[in-house]
Amino acid sequence: MVDARLPGAPTTDLRSSTLAGVLIGVAIMAAVDEIVFHQLLAWHHFYDRSTPSVALLSDGLLHAAEVIALVGGFFWFADLRRRAALSSRLAWGGFLLGAGAFQLFDGLVDHKVLRLHQIRYGVHLVPYDVVWNVAGAVLLLAGVAVLWRARSHRPDAGPR
Amino acid sequence: MTAAGPLAHAGHGTAGPTWLPLFPVVLLAGGYLLAAIRDPRGWDHRRTASWLVGCALLVVAVGPLAPLSDDPRGHMAQHLLLGMLAPLGLVLAAPVTLLLRVAPPPVRRSIGRLLRARALHLLAHPATAALLTTGGLALVLLTPLYAAAERHPVLHHAVHLHYLAAGYLFAWSVAGPDPAPRRPGLAVRVGALLAASAGHAVLAKYLYAQAGTLPPGLVDADPEAFRSAAQLMYYGGDLTELLLAVALFTTWYQSRRPRRRPRPRPRPKVVIKRFASPEDGSLTQTS
Repeated sequence: MVDARLPGAPTTDLRSSTLAGVLIGVAIMAAVDEIVFHQLLAWHHFYDRSTPSVALLSDGLLHAAEVIALVGGFFWFADLRRRAALSSRLAWGGFLLGAGAFQLFDGLVDHKVLRLHQIRYGVHLVPYDVVWNVAGAVLLLAGVAVLWRARSHRPDAGPR
Repeated sequence: MTAAGPLAHAGHGTAGPTWLPLFPVVLLAGGYLLAAIRDPRGWDHRRTASWLVGCALLVVAVGPLAPLSDDPRGHMAQHLLLGMLAPLGLVLAAPVTLLLRVAPPPVRRSIGRLLRARALHLLAHPATAALLTTGGLALVLLTPLYAAAERHPVLHHAVHLHYLAAGYLFAWSVAGPDPAPRRPGLAVRVGALLAASAGHAVLAKYLYAQAGTLPPGLVDADPEAFRSAAQLMYYGGDLTELLLAVALFTTWYQSRRPRRRPRPRPRPKVVIKRFASPEDGSLTQTS
């Protein structure tokens, strides 16, 4: 796709722009979760002493991936900008999509399926879960809408 | 409190033997400075600074922190400095490149031979290096090795040397600016960094969870100290992972720098347009 562009004319790399946005969105939301809820509010715990070891493993993997995704996503973004191949509209759409998808994943899989931790301890959980997951879904849908609009805005964009 | 145990035990720590590791560090720093001054093409000062920071972290680890190494928190701080932060500073200083610049030809030839050796490629593969550094730490924390190293000074220094060597190997294999023939591509290196960091994080939480029993064979275990050591390990691992990821993606970013000169490019396009467009519209498609 990059090779197919006309030489000389700086064309945006649509796929990379979107994916870099998704990567940054996932990583930012994971980092916000870590920093705001784990460290500042201390609603989640460092370790709640009831987590099974499989969940511990997946949590470690997710945690390590978050840092790499954050750094890699921003370097990817910088590379696209440097080559004038960035579509900022698609990157924003990808960002919202990634952030929403991660929040929903965290709310459903981490909290409910793996039971890594809950949003908060010692309170009635249902309102927290509803707010968390609805907010994630809203972000996700906003991302889809932005991507949809961005792609229908450029009919000359070829196959995508 | 628990201070009586470590303090009584730390008596040998303040005596002569722990200052011994300082000499090689001073030698390393001095040798590098001398080589950087002698480099005929001029050596990047940022590299020198990185080396000196690495050496300073080593000094902190073997100097002021050494008497604390019987305390789990002190041991963990030493591990972070010796095995993770100091090696990154040393690797980013590109000592092999500097040596290749200033050493006489016979030394350079033997370095070249060493870098092309099959065994080194196997050892310096990111997967091997990740296994050596995170796996080595797991070996220390999950087996009676930790308790044994507390009793035998030789083993104690050997563990520290392993931290440093494995950490250096890992940082070099993942993000080092020094020459590394047959180094695998970005995906493999990112994968190794991910695996090592995830292993480190899981190990830290596992140590936290099992602090009552975990480093087996200890005489006077202190679970609370091991729990705070595990937290230090977890967040210290994060910091190192972040720095290593920045170093790794910086090399990727630099390798993708557009090679073509930006200035002369527009000119041929204008020329082609000027000549092509009046005659035939189809020619402009090729421009």
